[in-house]
Amino acid sequence: MLQITNLHANVGDKPILKGLTLSLNAGEIHAIMGPNGAGKSTLGYVLCGRPGYEVTEGSVTFNGNDLLDLEPHERAAAGLFLGFQYPVEIPGVSNVQFLREALNAQRKNRGEAPLSGAGFLKVAREQAGALGMDMDMLKRPVNVGFSGGEKKRNEMVQMGIINPALAILDETDSGLDIDALRTVGDGINRIMRKPDKAVLLITHYQRLLDYVKPDFVHVLDNGRITRTGGAELALELERDGYKELAA
Amino acid sequence: MNRNAPTRHDEAWRYSDISTVEAAWPLAAPESIIVPAGGNFARTILQDTGSIHQLDIAIGKGATTAIHVLNIGGDYGRVELNVTLHEGADFKLGAVQIGGGTQNLEIIITVTHAEPKATSSQIVRSVLAGTATGTYLGKVAVVRDAQLTDSVQSVKAMLLDRSATANAKPELEIYADDVKCAHGCAIGELDAMGLFYLQARGIAPADAKKLMLQAFVAGVFEGAADEDILIEAALKKLDELV
Repeated sequence: MLQITNLHANVGDKPILKGLTLSLNAGEIHAIMGPNGAGKSTLGYVLCGRPGYEVTEGSVTFNGNDLLDLEPHERAAAGLFLGFQYPVEIPGVSNVQFLREALNAQRKNRGEAPLSGAGFLKVAREQAGALGMDMDMLKRPVNVGFSGGEKKRNEMVQMGIINPALAILDETDSGLDIDALRTVGDGINRIMRKPDKAVLLITHYQRLLDYVKPDFVHVLDNGRITRTGGAELALELERDGYKELAA
Repeated sequence: MNRNAPTRHDEAWRYSDISTVEAAWPLAAPESIIVPAGGNFARTILQDTGSIHQLDIAIGKGATTAIHVLNIGGDYGRVELNVTLHEGADFKLGAVQIGGGTQNLEIIITVTHAEPKATSSQIVRSVLAGTATGTYLGKVAVVRDAQLTDSVQSVKAMLLDRSATANAKPELEIYADDVKCAHGCAIGELDAMGLFYLQARGIAPADAKKLMLQAFVAGVFEGAADEDILIEAALKKLDELV
């Protein structure tokens, strides 16, 4: 589904990714772990096309198409979803309006008919309900005045409504209490654990992986994947730390 | 040159399109509106042709006045209000200016709290692109006896291009000692991270900008009798700029 080959990327003048190669197939969940500053968030932003993140070498294909050629909104329409580490507040724009526009923009880009107001609200109610968010919050401006945990939960509600093929989740577990972690973990499994979907989980900690079992765990250090293993690698990392592993 | 026309040395005209003003000089006398005690008055000014509107409004005891302004049309558009509040009167201004190209749009207002317990609120939002200029010069004057005055000025401008200009001068002149006069002013650009967030969810760049600008001006026209017409005209103008 996603093939990253020898990816180099700069933020400003600073090289962050230095030859990263990674392959994700449909039906797989991959976790990327690594120390601070390794390039984890940069990878997520580069894949989604954030301005200022410049690819200097290498290639990324998504379902056989050149991903780097597409604008951010086209990547979303192609089925890519980035769960933000720090979801952005957008004053004055309600969640409902935002999500309906987003969903219908994606459908239009794919040549599908727009969803009616009632059709959209039905989907929104289902997804919000499954993640324990009430509809009043969906009517409020996007992320404004939400707690850290509510913002992350809102990202998952968005993911449920948009229903992407590939989700890149950047530290979706940070800022969550234990109950919220379980809710979010269950959400990821319910929405994304399907044979035609894939997930790239970016995380510091093993604890989310207790709920969302990865098929592969990669260690990202200094802009490259330095080790790949199964779910047991995460436990090893938790026990020994990144330093030990690099040694 | 018209010798009686204002020049840039006149504070109220310092950012104006002087040659246009000279050509139009002398202007007709300002429209005079007197709202009687206890009365309610509302007016919508949709400036979409490039003209100068001058209104003198005296609001009587306990009366209310609501003015909604959408300043969008012509090379030079000016809305000038001179408002006097008597005891317990209430004045509300909701104004939006949207300009592109070389447009010069301005809102010039003086609100005088002449007697106690009057309230006034001004919300002004400007969106400017190209080399357009948008100006707000707004003075709230509180005379010595106008105790318990409560006034608010909220002035914000959004620049879509770095070549556009926003001038904003919220000004207070207070001679009473028991008053509440809030004023806020901000000039900025659309939040880049917000735009990326909207795009990452599938919204095309121009639509993302429009959504954020719509949110920026939304609410200003709340309660206006012509709210729908004003919002529709504002959105149409935004469409031209983005």
